[in-house]
Amino acid sequence: MALESRIYSIKEINRYIRMKLESDPLLGDVWLRGEISNFTHHSSGHMYFTLKDADSRLKCIMFASHNQKLPFMPKEGTKVLARGNFSVYERDGNYQFYVTQMQPDGIGSLYMAFEQLKRKLDGEGLFAEGRKRPIPRFPKAIGVITSPTGAAVRDIIITLQRRHPSVPVLLFPVLVQGKGAAPAIVKAIQIMNRMAEVDVLIVGRGGGSLEELWAFNEEAVARSIIASSIPVISAVGHETDFTIADFVSDLRAATPTAAAELAVPNIAELKSGISQLRTRLYQSLRTSAMRRKERLDRVRRSPIFMNPRKYMLQQAERLDRLKERLEQRTLRKAERSRDKLLRLQGALAGAHPGEKAAFEAKRLQAAAGRLESAMGSLMKERRMQVASTIRQLDALSPLKVMSRGYSLVYDEKENRLIKSIEDVQPGDLVKVKLADGQLDCQVWAMKGET
Amino acid sequence: MSEEQQLSFEEAMERLEAIVGRLENGDVPLETAIELFQEGMKLSQLCGSKLEQVERKIEVLIETENGFQKKPFAPSNEDRGE
Repeated sequence: MALESRIYSIKEINRYIRMKLESDPLLGDVWLRGEISNFTHHSSGHMYFTLKDADSRLKCIMFASHNQKLPFMPKEGTKVLARGNFSVYERDGNYQFYVTQMQPDGIGSLYMAFEQLKRKLDGEGLFAEGRKRPIPRFPKAIGVITSPTGAAVRDIIITLQRRHPSVPVLLFPVLVQGKGAAPAIVKAIQIMNRMAEVDVLIVGRGGGSLEELWAFNEEAVARSIIASSIPVISAVGHETDFTIADFVSDLRAATPTAAAELAVPNIAELKSGISQLRTRLYQSLRTSAMRRKERLDRVRRSPIFMNPRKYMLQQAERLDRLKERLEQRTLRKAERSRDKLLRLQGALAGAHPGEKAAFEAKRLQAAAGRLESAMGSLMKERRMQVASTIRQLDALSPLKVMSRGYSLVYDEKENRLIKSIEDVQPGDLVKVKLADGQLDCQVWAMKGET
Repeated sequence: MSEEQQLSFEEAMERLEAIVGRLENGDVPLETAIELFQEGMKLSQLCGSKLEQVERKIEVLIETENGFQKKPFAPSNEDRGE
């Protein structure tokens, strides 16, 4: 009764409750465990869902800004751990849990097993691109290993038929979840390999929780895919689900439908491809023929066919000119050779010793001639000298004097020339020599010159 | 002809593609080109006819006492679509 009585509007009270909630330290940041239901992924990107457990439910919203980085795709029935805060949507008077973080619940150990096996097989090089075999372009038959009842088998078969109805399909029905799944899948892959009737295998199942997909994370399944001699396309769950089977398969398909699309070519595309090939066949033959026709035309238009006589004359003229040139060249060459020969002969002759000998002989002859003539003139000179000497002698000869009237007196006995009166005695016999003879005389007296 | 019929679709397609490639590259003697063309046309017909053989053979393996046996298979809810 002491309370002041005040009437609030709905809006006011909703706002008050919101303030109360938002200021509560526990409700401002809390982790919850629950299972997702009524999940809607709105086109705005926000996620609306209900978290529930056996006894209760809670309205939740996860804004696009927060859910973009989610490591998994929440689905109906997924058990999750969610972190967030509480607030009130004032318009409806609802309180809601605003989720900021979320992760699958109860699978921590599975995640760890997954990561461990992934690391182990990767370490063995079993994820290497080089290991992966090509999927045949035109498979003869497709093997499908999956549950015979799920949406996956239906999607695969419908897609295969739509794309390529003439390729046979052989289905190996297996459990795809639960304890028996992995051994069943391993056995199916082995039997398909033994039968060798198909040349591609699609192994997979539709979407599900990590636990439901778990068979495809089993090492035995991974090893049997690796051991398969038939190329394997894996098709497990949705786009966002990655399993070990995906890593070791030869080709990973995002969904079962995608697997079927990857397994067979589209028959419509094949047909148009064949008709294109046929067109190219026509065109290439036509092009080939056209090219040859053009070549033929070119040859036909060439001068030799247009005017063969003119061509022949031209060629004859050319031949003549060539002959002429050939002759000239030969002649010139012969001339040059002859010149050279002459030059060499000349040089050789110059060097010949006979020539030199003749030359020296001539020189000798000339020298002899000169000697002779020198001798001759010397002799002549001497003869003339002798002659003149003789003449001088002649002039001096006593006979000459005597012929001029002089005479010589010799002692008759001793035949000595008498030059003085004292050389004789009266009565001595003397001989007087005249120019033309001799007189025998006797000295009578001597009278000296006074 | 019988030899060609034994070709698989893949072999026939590959041969056809190789023929078109050779013809388009030129440098093929005319006689060879004509032979290749004729072979190519036959192959394209063969490929086309192979595509027309719609068998719709969908079988399922059932394990029995005598091992695995094939039975025709029709997926359930086929008309529900995707």
